[in-house]
Amino acid sequence: MSKQMRSEQIQITIDQEPMTVAAGSTVAVAIALAGLHCRTSITGEPRGPLCAMGICFECRATVNGIAHSRTCQLLCEPAMDIRTQ
Amino acid sequence: MTHFQTLVVGSGPAGIAAATCAAEAGHRVGIVDDNPNPGGQIWRSLRGQSAPDTSHGGGIRGAAQWYGRLIATSATQLQGWSVFDQHEPGIVRAERQGETAHLHYDNLIVAAGARERFLPFPGWTLPNVMGVGAIQAMVKGGLPVAGKRIVLAGSGPLLLAVAATLKAAKATVVCICEQASLRQLAPFALGLAADPAKIVQGLRYKAATLDVPFRTSAWPVEARGNGVLQSVTISHHGEKQQIPCDYLACGFHLVPNTELAAMLGCRMEVGNVSVDEIQRTSVPNVFCAGEPTGIGGLELSLIEGQIAGLASAERHEEARLLLDKKRKASRFADRLAAAFALRPELKALPQDTTIVCRCEDVPYCALKQHASWRTAKLHTRCGMGPCQGRICGTATHFLLGWDADSVRPPIFPVCIASLASLEAPLNPDISNVNIKIKETP
Repeated sequence: MSKQMRSEQIQITIDQEPMTVAAGSTVAVAIALAGLHCRTSITGEPRGPLCAMGICFECRATVNGIAHSRTCQLLCEPAMDIRTQ
Repeated sequence: MTHFQTLVVGSGPAGIAAATCAAEAGHRVGIVDDNPNPGGQIWRSLRGQSAPDTSHGGGIRGAAQWYGRLIATSATQLQGWSVFDQHEPGIVRAERQGETAHLHYDNLIVAAGARERFLPFPGWTLPNVMGVGAIQAMVKGGLPVAGKRIVLAGSGPLLLAVAATLKAAKATVVCICEQASLRQLAPFALGLAADPAKIVQGLRYKAATLDVPFRTSAWPVEARGNGVLQSVTISHHGEKQQIPCDYLACGFHLVPNTELAAMLGCRMEVGNVSVDEIQRTSVPNVFCAGEPTGIGGLELSLIEGQIAGLASAERHEEARLLLDKKRKASRFADRLAAAFALRPELKALPQDTTIVCRCEDVPYCALKQHASWRTAKLHTRCGMGPCQGRICGTATHFLLGWDADSVRPPIFPVCIASLASLEAPLNPDISNVNIKIKETP
């Protein structure tokens, strides 16, 4: 993480809880920092990022109302509404 | 209408080199990529808050030089867009968070890069078990790892490079476990000595990882934890050792992203996109550069990108001037493949209950009774989730020798609105459309 990344903080909500993250953080990282898992698998297992490069879809969550967003490919933006699946 | 004389898909080293050369040759160029920032995986975070990354060959200096050249051209950069199909010849469609764009082209250069090969073993679905490139991407995406205990495992030169990144981020890299034997790696190490640039690169890795045990003939056999990773069991020369850790980063070298080229009808050759010496595929006006033509690393990707960019702009003579360099870099690629070939013992990694298809939670026992990828898909839904078999298809290719079916559009799950979209101009605003994931049959 560079200095620039630490200096600017932005407000988001994850599962309706407010949270502050460094600008430039990916949504996948924000979910990890919130201590949450991105999604629950069809047999009920908690899942987090596997590839972190937009291939595996394990990090998907609902971002600003768009379900199944690949959170590893999205940077946090002010007031972003993130909901784990 | 967005019309490009050369459209490049992928903004890693090959794509950046291709777009730069085509644009410098006078073409109207677009470069589209699904990551938020250009640079691909190896030059991740080129724009904005990039932490200088000296862990890879060429480092940030080569990256900055190339990116500087690209932005000095008039090439249009489209980041965050996933190309999902070819609407009609000469038009691909891309989606970004519910928004769709139709991109018209005269020439298309596929520079889609590579992904990690993941092999299933008990516990690999636990949170905090991820790829080697993945943990690097997470760290560059802001994940703090200072003081965290991390085991790096799998295969390939990425293990050492990522160890350097993690050490720089003040993580405790407990050990590096390379599945290849020392004997297998020796020719690779000797081969490196023939190239001064690579000696420097190798020394840099070695220096940064000096106090990290590097084990050969070692691989993970089980990850354990209660809802989240707590430890990994490593097999090292046949002996098992349980190691407590916060993260297990495990990837078994790389496999090329060939889906786009396959969808366009490009001929494949042993899993790679087949190209001629100036990167032309079997489909007219479609070129391919970098890892999809065969895993070859940064230098080969840059050379192939330049050749493809020049060739697309019909600067064939200039392109051919690079052929000597290309041949030399290709020899390095061949050594790479031999050094990190996977040992057959890894086929015994998954147990009966180990999930292989993570999208549909299909265990190994349900898969291995089938004769082919197709029948397994029809009976178990493996490979039919959002990743479209990119993870489990790669694994079952190694484990069971299955070949994937033909690639059908869309090559990424997209919303119904995107599939139904007609001509749509590029709109920088992101519209909030409710999307449903499209599962390919």
